[in-house]
Amino acid sequence: MNTQLDSKVPAGALEEKWTKHRAESKLVNPNNKRKFDIIVVGSGLAGASAAASLAEMGYGVKCFCFQDSPRRAHSIAAQGGINAAKNYQNDGDSVYRLFYDTIKGGDFRSREANVYRLAEVSANIIDQCVAQGVPFAREYGGLLANRSFGGAQVSRTFYARGQTGQQLLLGAYQALAQQIAVGGVKMFPRTELLDIVIVDGHAKGIVVRDLLSGEISSHAGDTVVLATGGYGNVFYLSTNARGCNVSATYRAYKRGAFFANPCYTQIHPTCIPVGGTYQSKLTLMSESLRNDGRVWVPKNKGDNRPPSQIPDSDRDYYLERKYPSFGNLAPRDIASRSAKEVCDEGRGVGPGGLGVYLDFAEAIGRLGEKTIRERYGNLFDIYHNITGEDAYHLPMRIYPAVHYTMGGLWVDYNLMSNVPGLHVLGEANFSDHGANRLGASALMQGLADGYFVIPSTIANYLATQLGKKVSVDRPEFNATENEVRKTVAKLLSIKGKRTATSFHRELGLLLWEKCGMARSRESLQEALQKIPSLREEFWQNLNLQGGDMELNQSLEQAGRVADFLEFAELMCLDALEREESCGGHFRVEYQTKEGEAVRDDADFCHVAAWQCTGTDSKPVRNVEPLVFENVKLATRSYK
Amino acid sequence: MNFKLKIWRQPNQKTAGEFHDYAASNIPAEASFLEMLDIVNEGLAEGNEDPIAFDSDCREGICGMCSLVINGIPHGPGKAKTTCQLYMRRFQDGDTIWIEPFRAAPFPVVKDLVVDRSAFDRIIESGGYITARTGSAPEANSVPIGKPIADLAMEAAACIGCGACVAACPNSSAMLFVGAKVSHLGLLPQGQPERKSRAHNMVRAMDELGFGNCTNHYECEAVCPAEINRTFISRLNREYRKAAVREAVAVTVDE
Amino acid sequence: MALATVPPTRVKRFSANPFIAFYQSSIGKKIIVAVSGLYLIFFVTGHLLGNLEIYLGQDHLNAYANLLQQLGPILWAERIILLSAVVVHIVATIQLTIENQAAKPKKYAVSKPQSSTLASRTMIYTGLLVICFVVYHLLQFTLMWTNPEYRNLHDELGRHDVYHMVILGFRQPLISLFYAAAIFFLATHLSHGFESVTQTLGINNRRIGRFISNGGRWLSWLIFAGYVSIPITILLGLIK
Repeated sequence: MNTQLDSKVPAGALEEKWTKHRAESKLVNPNNKRKFDIIVVGSGLAGASAAASLAEMGYGVKCFCFQDSPRRAHSIAAQGGINAAKNYQNDGDSVYRLFYDTIKGGDFRSREANVYRLAEVSANIIDQCVAQGVPFAREYGGLLANRSFGGAQVSRTFYARGQTGQQLLLGAYQALAQQIAVGGVKMFPRTELLDIVIVDGHAKGIVVRDLLSGEISSHAGDTVVLATGGYGNVFYLSTNARGCNVSATYRAYKRGAFFANPCYTQIHPTCIPVGGTYQSKLTLMSESLRNDGRVWVPKNKGDNRPPSQIPDSDRDYYLERKYPSFGNLAPRDIASRSAKEVCDEGRGVGPGGLGVYLDFAEAIGRLGEKTIRERYGNLFDIYHNITGEDAYHLPMRIYPAVHYTMGGLWVDYNLMSNVPGLHVLGEANFSDHGANRLGASALMQGLADGYFVIPSTIANYLATQLGKKVSVDRPEFNATENEVRKTVAKLLSIKGKRTATSFHRELGLLLWEKCGMARSRESLQEALQKIPSLREEFWQNLNLQGGDMELNQSLEQAGRVADFLEFAELMCLDALEREESCGGHFRVEYQTKEGEAVRDDADFCHVAAWQCTGTDSKPVRNVEPLVFENVKLATRSYK
Repeated sequence: MNFKLKIWRQPNQKTAGEFHDYAASNIPAEASFLEMLDIVNEGLAEGNEDPIAFDSDCREGICGMCSLVINGIPHGPGKAKTTCQLYMRRFQDGDTIWIEPFRAAPFPVVKDLVVDRSAFDRIIESGGYITARTGSAPEANSVPIGKPIADLAMEAAACIGCGACVAACPNSSAMLFVGAKVSHLGLLPQGQPERKSRAHNMVRAMDELGFGNCTNHYECEAVCPAEINRTFISRLNREYRKAAVREAVAVTVDE
Repeated sequence: MALATVPPTRVKRFSANPFIAFYQSSIGKKIIVAVSGLYLIFFVTGHLLGNLEIYLGQDHLNAYANLLQQLGPILWAERIILLSAVVVHIVATIQLTIENQAAKPKKYAVSKPQSSTLASRTMIYTGLLVICFVVYHLLQFTLMWTNPEYRNLHDELGRHDVYHMVILGFRQPLISLFYAAAIFFLATHLSHGFESVTQTLGINNRRIGRFISNGGRWLSWLIFAGYVSIPITILLGLIK
């Protein structure tokens, strides 16, 4: 085991670790808090909640986001809800049960202590959000409503219409705005992180580009907090926002931070399929549709008849056929992979044959159109708006899409990476979801990290940094800035023929096919062979218009694609070396006859944390073994 | 499909802009409006021309980043949707489409179709929040909120902050935006302690930032992607009236 | 260096005096417009009811006019309030309009109103046309500068013969047409104004919203019908 991978999980009983850790953590006294400057990058749930909370405590905070306002971070798009172990429904929920469900849902690839803490603070999150005025759904008596979500057996999900992410983000954004108003936080919107500055081995600053003026500048701080989200857009098409990127975490990786489990990506089975190469975005449809819809494709390859003219005898309800007990409600990864299989067989429907039918005809016949309209009306409307098709009369077409990434920068129990002073929160870190995230847990983790974890744990680092302030006059800043300027200049000087989008699209397609829902040794090796040549072509044939000292969206995009082109290799490498199937990582070599994932707990019950060793040399795979003291490793089964 | 586009190009805030003609050719009817612009931009780049700058991010209608005034309507034709949720099949083959940036003094054009909407952030900073220090919150169910009130607050809270209301208003008034936030927080019991100061301060911020005055045209409501109702403006007027009266008679606490 | 973007910042405009600050605020000013407007709506309605006494005959109308004259100080108080309302209403709306135009320095090349009406968009113009008319109206019937001969009209009881003054005035088709046009603008103004008053005063809500806006429109056009009926009946010779 690498000594740098000390998870710093406190000793003691699982239930007492967090309390004990807080009691034993260092403190920074109020007078000294003012002396510390904290740089927060990202203003989503994790970033905004952290920036606001840290500023309330008296720290000086600078917060950066690439959007035009912190309110637009992609957390806003989360629909379903947020889990919390409140047990308001009296249905047997508890901190332990939420912990266990999360560990199990993550296929036993996450750290027990972190997950338990997440479950523990979940209840505080709801209290905090309600106090901020988040308008959660309520019962007639005025108390908070809950629903069961993502197959959970208890109702622990709090929600605000289908806009829970939006409302939670606005709560955090408003708390942030309040701190901006009183001077606790200085906000830098439309400012993108381009590199992290390491001084004497510690993260002490960042280099950013003002996206409006194009100016590149440095900011020094006592610690850097990254809350920059996931890397789902490495696939080009995903449910992520267009701007989501890996640059911040990837630059941190190149500066020495370990990247953990990049191969853990989550695919959502019910998205609106790709319509053509022009497509820029995939839209999620709620999974609840599978409660009443039947999934099928034509039995025969090349059956181009309209769906209404295909008789039942020529249809293959493949989920019902393969998983008679779960049928159309088979878990996300199974449903996704099965869709891919039938499409790979050439039986997919719609443009490019990348889609399967989700048919409501039977349900409408049984329940009537009115009932279906009541249950799913808004979803049918969204579908109609995007595809122009009426799902009451034609079956919907759906296809899986990438929508969350569990991997991220490695962090210890204090949410600090192996680089001292570099803290990582939310989707950007790897810590809580293991190999697969449960529904309604992303919002929970982002806010847990920002509101309740980092405000306590950051002092453990800062208390050691009194009197060690650095300024941007240190030569490391100038050196990093120069490297950034060189990269920008290089991108602009290529003057080739292909736009960044076209490279991104090609990379995404390659990854989707070779490192998507199902991965094999051959496919990954093929990807690892192709990515470097695509990257090489990028650096020789990029067509990039405009200049550097202005708003230049092509330049922003090119920088992000350049990082994706390097990161993609790391992701494939991790997928290749993890020779097991677990959660969102499915290796075709490791499955049962029924197509279920086969985990290898003997050899892979660990976190793979990749260490950069230079641009052209293979990264080192460090390992943090996962120790389960409180749960027994079990195998999922759908029998 | 093919379209003739008349697009506003402006290199930066300080240089005058003008309309340029572009042809959008072979656009799939299934493409979204922004994807159509993506295709046009790819073509421009291939011809070594500067692509058209426009804002967008989530492309699913919730982040509020996309803007554009299409044929005179912010977010284009159709109710309750953002530009990213507008699809080309809504247009006729061969149509001429005018694309302009949001126009309002407090939303200066940054480049082409990109405007600076940071004035909205300034408004929220002036009072669009409930002060609740992290960690100090009481148990969530200790304050029951009747479902009708909670639902109404949610309706107001649905605002995505895109600024279409200001763009559509002939006076560039931000009353719908401010009304939604003042209503959302003012309806909830948690928002009561700061209720008066919130309305008062947010209206001042809105005025000082140069937004115009509401003259009750309700263009804002008609283009609002989140369907924020005009009555939240009425509520804001009421809240401000009460707050101003209290300020005038210097009553800060009910005695 | 590139041309940096200058974000909008707050330009201080509020006085420390809460009353002045109220007037300086957009909503404060509009509340004043709404209150004065509401007063003017009452006046216009009351004035109409008085005018309609013409249908009750010469005696009724002249008695009513005489009564008003006899009110003396009350009449003058009323006139001062009315004048103030008119002045405040006009000054504030002109200020609001100037601010509104400054807030929208560049208009759209293509404009496609979605919900505003011609009435709502032309408030300032209809308002200004109405005030021009009011000036002429005062010159004609109150001060009788345009038609000094009206001063010599007296009825059998020696009262000023308002009844015949009106008939003489409206027998001229051009004058009648001018009045009808002015009243049309007034009604247009009110059709948006009435609902606006309730919205600005914060009375409007979802339950009464439709009722208020439809009711306001009905009321406006009733006022139009009432006022315009007088010249029409006179021109048709129904009142002599």
